[in-house]
Amino acid sequence: MTDAHAVTIETVSKSFGRGQSAVRVLDNVSVAIGRREFFTLLGPSGCGKTTLLRLIAGFETADGGTIRIEGADLTKAPPFHRPVNTVFQSYALFPHLTVEQNVGFALEEQGLPREEVRRRAGEALEMVRMQAFARRRPSELSGGQQQRVALARALAPRPKVLLLDEPLSALDLKLRKAMQIELKQLQAEAGITFVFVTHDQEEALTLSDRVAVMQGGRILQMGPPRSIYEAPTHRFVADFIGDINLIEAEALAGGGVRLAGGGVVPVPGATPGRVTLAIRPERARMVAPGAGVVDATLVHSAFLGTAMLHKLELPDGGSFLIREADLSAPMPERGGRVGLCLPAEALQVMQA
Amino acid sequence: MMQSAAVRQLVLLLPALGVIVLLIGVPLGLMGWVSLLEKSASAGVDWQASPGAGNYLRLVWEEDFDGRMILNPTYLVIFLRSVLQAAVTTLLCLVLGLPVALWMAGLTRTGRMVMLLLVTIPFWTNLLVRNYAWLIILREDGWTTAVLNRLWPFGPVQLLYNDAAVAIGLTYSFLPFMILPLYSVFEKFDWRLIEAALDLGATRRRALRRVVLPLALPGIVAGSLLVFIPCLGAFVTPALLGGGKTAMLGNVIQAQFGPARNWPFGAAVSIVLLAIMLAVMTAMALWRSRRAPR
Repeated sequence: MTDAHAVTIETVSKSFGRGQSAVRVLDNVSVAIGRREFFTLLGPSGCGKTTLLRLIAGFETADGGTIRIEGADLTKAPPFHRPVNTVFQSYALFPHLTVEQNVGFALEEQGLPREEVRRRAGEALEMVRMQAFARRRPSELSGGQQQRVALARALAPRPKVLLLDEPLSALDLKLRKAMQIELKQLQAEAGITFVFVTHDQEEALTLSDRVAVMQGGRILQMGPPRSIYEAPTHRFVADFIGDINLIEAEALAGGGVRLAGGGVVPVPGATPGRVTLAIRPERARMVAPGAGVVDATLVHSAFLGTAMLHKLELPDGGSFLIREADLSAPMPERGGRVGLCLPAEALQVMQA
Repeated sequence: MMQSAAVRQLVLLLPALGVIVLLIGVPLGLMGWVSLLEKSASAGVDWQASPGAGNYLRLVWEEDFDGRMILNPTYLVIFLRSVLQAAVTTLLCLVLGLPVALWMAGLTRTGRMVMLLLVTIPFWTNLLVRNYAWLIILREDGWTTAVLNRLWPFGPVQLLYNDAAVAIGLTYSFLPFMILPLYSVFEKFDWRLIEAALDLGATRRRALRRVVLPLALPGIVAGSLLVFIPCLGAFVTPALLGGGKTAMLGNVIQAQFGPARNWPFGAAVSIVLLAIMLAVMTAMALWRSRRAPR
């Protein structure tokens, strides 16, 4: 039976250390990553995302569970027997070899004839537009160029899966943006599954077909960037990705959620009790006092270039952000009262 | 202005220059000069003699009874043997030191500190004492020999007073000089490079050959020079563990300045030893500069 997935991870656990001081880095993680998918593991440092990547690469062995790559059980296989290659965070280019020799390293290990090695190393360098630097040493390249060489080196042996461990984190913002676009194009061109690790939520949303948000060794939520952004199922996910307003509220037995010091929003499906309402700043609107679900005070307004950011204070003392993209919208006085309109379809209810 | 700056520079340089000239230049020059003289009848240096290359010629040729110069292989053999002995020792140190240094670099901070201490502790003991210790370990009625004789089916083993004993003693004495430079390379080693090599399909052995060894080369070269050069001139270990049968260059020099009282000849041998060392170091330097990135 052939597996439709490039990488299948089933109930994988991993701890570091022994006895009392053991730290559980991965806790019963299961993921199936599809062929040609751009899959991102997103989370803060220490959430286990890099460990999961290293388990797929074979640098660590799982305490339990199985890892299959293209259907083959490779849970215990050493790195050199796995059809995956890694782009390291620090690039890890061989300083004693030229760019071309770096890129040809894996091909030489495969025992290809010299001509073939040179030809395919050249092709890989062409993919990242670095063929002009073939004879240079890594130390003679800029960070962005080294990044490209690292990509070419990992792509040259035509792996089934490419693992990328925060590959863009060492680059400055402008270069990072440019490389993001290039990565996406490269993935489409090469037709390879990418497993990408990052702590940068914006990067994750921009690049990925699917994102898995991790915390404390577990995957909290997994799905397309849009659903992660618009319908976070956990408070952590909502908070970690983008700006979001979290409002303490109470779900009523008859349906609907009551805000502290305000009205009732008709959100269905919440079990009665204390809940947290989440809404993105760009989905809430300011209306005339009394016309919204709750009244608030405008504390501060800031011009962001493409939008206005208003900071409000709720009756219970909590703060609330509104991002107003319409710059021509009437602006209330600072310190003035405004009504808050929270469209029911933009609200996420999370059990507190 | 310019002139005064140059003068200032010269003045500042003087102490260093003085030390170099006084402690290195003068003794070396003296040795070179003495090597061209003859020994006097009263077993000193005949300062009146006209300088000549006689001592150097005597290393290779000797005068037979008819006054003809014939080849005397004695010293040539000692030279070759010394170089061979030093080379074998260097190789042994490398083979033993490389895994130790690799292992040490992978330890915890405390572990590394303890190991560094253990590696350097022998330096705190007198070289003579350490060689006598080996004399006891390797002696004919010692337990090492007894155990080996049990295990070795082909006749009794003689551990002491041969080239092997000298190699063992020298390797023991100079091993730290190999371990320390290698360790300093591996301590700074970027282990992710090994992961990268494994990731790209290299087995552990291949990763060692293609990544670790090339990058450890500066340490290997430094360690080898630190072992090879003093080994060439070693005289305590060959004298004690070689039992006098297996003379090395150091023993010849020591004998000339000591019992034989032939300082000019001893000086000539020393100069030749120096020349060999310089040749080795120059060769290494040339080889490395050719390998260095353009």
